[in-house]
Amino acid sequence: MTEFFIIAESASQSGIPLGITSGGSWLLRNAWIIPLLPALSFLGILFFGKRMPKKGAELGITAVGAAFVLAVLTGIAWFDHRDNYHGEEAHLAVAASEHHAEEGHSDHEKEHDEHSDYDHGHGHSSLAVSNTVTWFQTNGVDLSVGVLVDGLSVMMLFVVTLISLLVHIYSTDYVGGDRRYTHYFAFLSLFSASMLTLVISENTLQLLVAWELVGVCSFALIGHWWEEKPNSDAALKAFLTNRVGDMGLLVGVTILFFSVGSVLPDTFGSFSIAVTNTVANNGLLSHTALLVAAACLMAAVMSKSGQFFLHTWLPDAMAGPTPVSALIHAATMVVAGVFMIARLYGVFFEGLSIGGSSINLMALVGGITTLVGASLAFVQRDIKKVLAYSTISQLGYMVLALGVGAWTAAVFHLFTHAFFKACLFLGSGSVAHAVHSFDMKSDMGGMRKAMPHTYRTFIIGSIALAGLPPLAGFWSKDEILAGTGGWGLFGGTGGNGAYTLMLVMGMITAALTAAYMTRCVYLTFFGEFRGHGDLHESGPRIVVPLWILAGFAVIAGLFNLPKGFQLVPDSFQERFGHYVEPVAGYFPTIAHATPSWSLAIVSTLIVLGGVTAAWWYYFVKVEAASKAAGKSLTELPNGPTTVYPLAKLIHNLLDKKYYLDHLYTGIIAGGTKGPLARVAYRFNQQVIDGTVDRVGETAVKSGQFVYDKIDQLVVDGAVNTSGRLSSEAGGELRKVQSGKVQSYAAILFAAATVLAGILIVIV
Amino acid sequence: MENFINDWGLTVTTFIPLVGVAIMLLIPRAQEELHKRMALATSLLVAVMGVLILTEFDFDATDKLQFAVDHVWIDVINSHYAMGLDGMSLPLVLLTILIVPLCIVYSWNHFPEPQNPKAFLILILVLETGMIGTFMAQDLVLFFVFFEVVLLPMFFMIAVWGGDDRRYASLKFFLYTLFGSALMLVSFLALYFLSGSESFVLSDLIEAVAANEISRTAGLWIFAGMFLGFGIKVPMFPFHTWLPDAHTQAPTVGSVILAAVLLKLGTYGFIRIAIPVLPEAAVEWAPWIGLLAVIGIIYGALGCLAQTDMKRLIAFSSVAHMGFVMLGISTLTDFGINAAIMGMVAHGLITGMLFFIAGSVKERYHTLDIGRLGGLLVQAPRMGWIFGLCVMASLGLPGLAGFWGEFPAILSAYNPGNGLSVVTFRTFMVIAALGTVLAAGYLLWLLQRAAFGTPKEEFADDPAITDVTKHEWISWAPILALIVAIGIYPNLVFRVTDGAVDASLDDCLQVSASELTPEQAEALGCDSIYGLGEMSHHDEHAAETNQ
Repeated sequence: MTEFFIIAESASQSGIPLGITSGGSWLLRNAWIIPLLPALSFLGILFFGKRMPKKGAELGITAVGAAFVLAVLTGIAWFDHRDNYHGEEAHLAVAASEHHAEEGHSDHEKEHDEHSDYDHGHGHSSLAVSNTVTWFQTNGVDLSVGVLVDGLSVMMLFVVTLISLLVHIYSTDYVGGDRRYTHYFAFLSLFSASMLTLVISENTLQLLVAWELVGVCSFALIGHWWEEKPNSDAALKAFLTNRVGDMGLLVGVTILFFSVGSVLPDTFGSFSIAVTNTVANNGLLSHTALLVAAACLMAAVMSKSGQFFLHTWLPDAMAGPTPVSALIHAATMVVAGVFMIARLYGVFFEGLSIGGSSINLMALVGGITTLVGASLAFVQRDIKKVLAYSTISQLGYMVLALGVGAWTAAVFHLFTHAFFKACLFLGSGSVAHAVHSFDMKSDMGGMRKAMPHTYRTFIIGSIALAGLPPLAGFWSKDEILAGTGGWGLFGGTGGNGAYTLMLVMGMITAALTAAYMTRCVYLTFFGEFRGHGDLHESGPRIVVPLWILAGFAVIAGLFNLPKGFQLVPDSFQERFGHYVEPVAGYFPTIAHATPSWSLAIVSTLIVLGGVTAAWWYYFVKVEAASKAAGKSLTELPNGPTTVYPLAKLIHNLLDKKYYLDHLYTGIIAGGTKGPLARVAYRFNQQVIDGTVDRVGETAVKSGQFVYDKIDQLVVDGAVNTSGRLSSEAGGELRKVQSGKVQSYAAILFAAATVLAGILIVIV
Repeated sequence: MENFINDWGLTVTTFIPLVGVAIMLLIPRAQEELHKRMALATSLLVAVMGVLILTEFDFDATDKLQFAVDHVWIDVINSHYAMGLDGMSLPLVLLTILIVPLCIVYSWNHFPEPQNPKAFLILILVLETGMIGTFMAQDLVLFFVFFEVVLLPMFFMIAVWGGDDRRYASLKFFLYTLFGSALMLVSFLALYFLSGSESFVLSDLIEAVAANEISRTAGLWIFAGMFLGFGIKVPMFPFHTWLPDAHTQAPTVGSVILAAVLLKLGTYGFIRIAIPVLPEAAVEWAPWIGLLAVIGIIYGALGCLAQTDMKRLIAFSSVAHMGFVMLGISTLTDFGINAAIMGMVAHGLITGMLFFIAGSVKERYHTLDIGRLGGLLVQAPRMGWIFGLCVMASLGLPGLAGFWGEFPAILSAYNPGNGLSVVTFRTFMVIAALGTVLAAGYLLWLLQRAAFGTPKEEFADDPAITDVTKHEWISWAPILALIVAIGIYPNLVFRVTDGAVDASLDDCLQVSASELTPEQAEALGCDSIYGLGEMSHHDEHAAETNQ
């Protein structure tokens, strides 16, 4: 909605800076080309894929590869833009009565105003590049579609295209010879296009559209092997759970649309993300509206990003092919919820009072999720499910970070997590490719010898995930812990408030993460091989992507070395934060935590504690028991769960996934489609339809009466017969054998005229 | 040419099918091939007329009646032959013009028992005249006649070519709708006499009602009559029970036309006649319309979940989808009614398509029992994917047409028109949003049971189960293309409807608020409907236009 951005020069003093510009380099203004490429390849594969030599895969790889190159160039353009661009900034005219009259749509000049009040943290203000066209108009208002390119979207473009490209290449081997190979690549392309559209969305409506489209791609790819019912069940569950959250998205977007409209002149609503954030940041919206909108949007985040208690679809989604799990259910789609919070941070920050250090909905949801996910990862025997629960747990970390105001930490964790989690998923796929199973306990063990590359990359990914320095996960996790502001030793870390509870939750999760990954590594790669078949390392199309991702898992953390990190020069510190975190009107003013050596050391010790505990149990005790038993064991024969009732109880609770699945599938979904639907339908047939039948029956009976007693006796056949009753059924309409439609018509028309007369006379 | 279209375009378009019928009546029944060609040619000629009209249509004046003709028709009752086309009717006319030839192509080689293409095709063409005429008529008597013309062919189509229970279903359909029509007629007559309008022409009536105050009670009763008449046709809960029976029993093409066009006659009546003529009564009835709409959304969805028959499930889903349309209408806002028209078009295309698929499945499997189906994607992959696409469209997936009817309707309920309770409508909004979850539930469940999995043993090696045939492709491709095109670029519809809807709603405002003194406006009660905020907004808009 371009009009809102620009105000007349006469009103420039009262406009609010939006932090966006319509200028900027060509690449930034035309970032829409990036999603367009895979969109075109989707169409190409759909219509011509089967006739191509590589069955469409080459088209998908080319398109995503080109998109990746463009994304990198766009990133470089953004670096330059962030540091050197001093163009015109758009301002927002609000419906303040004093200057309302002077404004008009004809004034499209822009204001030449370079300075900005937003100058905290990362130097001069950043200007996001916005470029829109009209999508459709209703109620005289143009609704637009377009791009909003800033550090966040550029970072997402890079991550999505890179991982998508690697997954494409990996898939040519992994699903090679699949019965629906071409379809698979078509949906990968469609997914990439939708996800890329999502991350450059200029407005919430566009975001919502892309949000649903990635969901449907997820549905199609989870259910890729739909011949087996469990797979299509998982797909349905994913889609329906997400629909529940989407309800919140629909309502939240609606509330924001009209709330923003109420403060803008000449319109009744706006979907624009920049405008929405800006009015929220400037306190122009009622707190209640923001609170309700933020809570509704949180529902969508909970379903899409697997937050407790709508997370149950994500482990089931592992029914899909493994590269899909890596791309969609680890690195990109599931972070859409986190991305949305980061995108609409003005709304969430104000709505949930994040700066206020009292525990808010978002921090709490994130904290609980991170613990629930980590605890459930312990009891899985399916390697992908370990990683799925781990993903839930890490997504909880990100949401927690956003909930305590550590925006950059959350987004940075999103960035690093994408690499090491994709690496782990693809690694698990490589293992499964060799043993044709995902069951760590029955079909794996001792894989390190036969699969050295997979083993090494998996170890790197695991260390990065566990958060040991200097790998990627350490830096981002540490930033989150510091961002909670709950650390009280040696001066503390500052930030937006003292969220001590969140710090404790984060610490516990760190220990749990280290422990379950140690368990996972042991069960997969150590001990003796428990499956059958001869093992072999996967081919280069699988191994090379693994190494690339492992490389990022090593170095990604260095992109955002903490401020004041004495070992490197200043210009290497907080590069990620500088380029990604907006300093603009559409972003709230948040306080930044200072890093703490003491916290980093303590958290590292905690991680090491988790590793050591699991190492002692598996690498020492289980290994020894295995030797004694003469076969490769996966747990101690007389472990704690068999000895202590409490441990057994906990294990059982975890094993049943906190009974949430039972509640949703059994009670809610089963109740709706079973008893509730049946009752409704019986009501329909017997009460409502029964009434109709009864009326018809009565009409026929009265017709009969009129015919017998009046017509035949009195009027002598002036009106034709209207129907005959079936003898035994007592004249149910259903059984009417014949009925002269015309006579009904005649009677009804006559009745209508009479009724009209009555109506006219009495009223 | 331009003059011809201007003066005769609508009339010719409406009555070409009847000319075709007249010719076909002269051709002996045995020459089936000739009948098919004749019917197709006739419907294509109508389509060509539609294209010509489209090229002459002024898209910058969608709020004006274009190609209007107005002649005295029945002098005694001051009824006129008044036809016209504006942005509100154009999408629905085009939908009709599109669907009919596709239906003829679809039934080319497989007419339902007892065959007789001549009679079947004649009925379709008569239907076409009725449907197009209803959307174009600007006189209430004319509207009523066309409205009723539609009824008989559909009755015969169900009664003769229908399923096992066709007599019951067809009679129920006929009587129920006729009952509604009767009340509608009562309302039309009362409106005419009470308002003292000089004719039955819609614009005259609107003017007369606005000028001569009808008592509140009378307005409410008259609206109630139209509410019932149109509501039965929509159908709105609780007047919907004729629909599942009619759909289940009707032949495929009958179901398609019923879903694609006939249901829209009801919703069209609301936005063309009931609301513009009686805006004050509409405001009082709107919460009840909204309430029935959201009940319909949830109730229809629950009904779907209980179904074991694919066709009956799709029929029930119409109740839910038309609930969204009615919710949009009940907000009495430009936004909501735009959404409603979009919803009508989308539902017409999508549900029409689903009925086509159900028909083709029935033809191959000879059953629509969901429990016996399965593995459609294995046996007929293309049809399975098309089915999947339509299911996604039907559940309101963005990027496909259905979304643009559903989401804006939900959106509009957040801010209903002036004079309506915000709390009530926001509650409706949340309930409607819940309906989208249930819609996904029953549709995906249907998709899973019918298309996923492997074929049941009884059908596993059935050679009769083939993929999409040539005739099916021809008749489906345009619909599928439109579902996607509108989904990607909804302005195809919104741009056309927006101006007209705005004008239809502002009529009250213009007559009672702008042209009359404030005292008079107050006396009319129009200011309670369109509050001062809306008025000032309108004034600004006018001022801008003047610049």
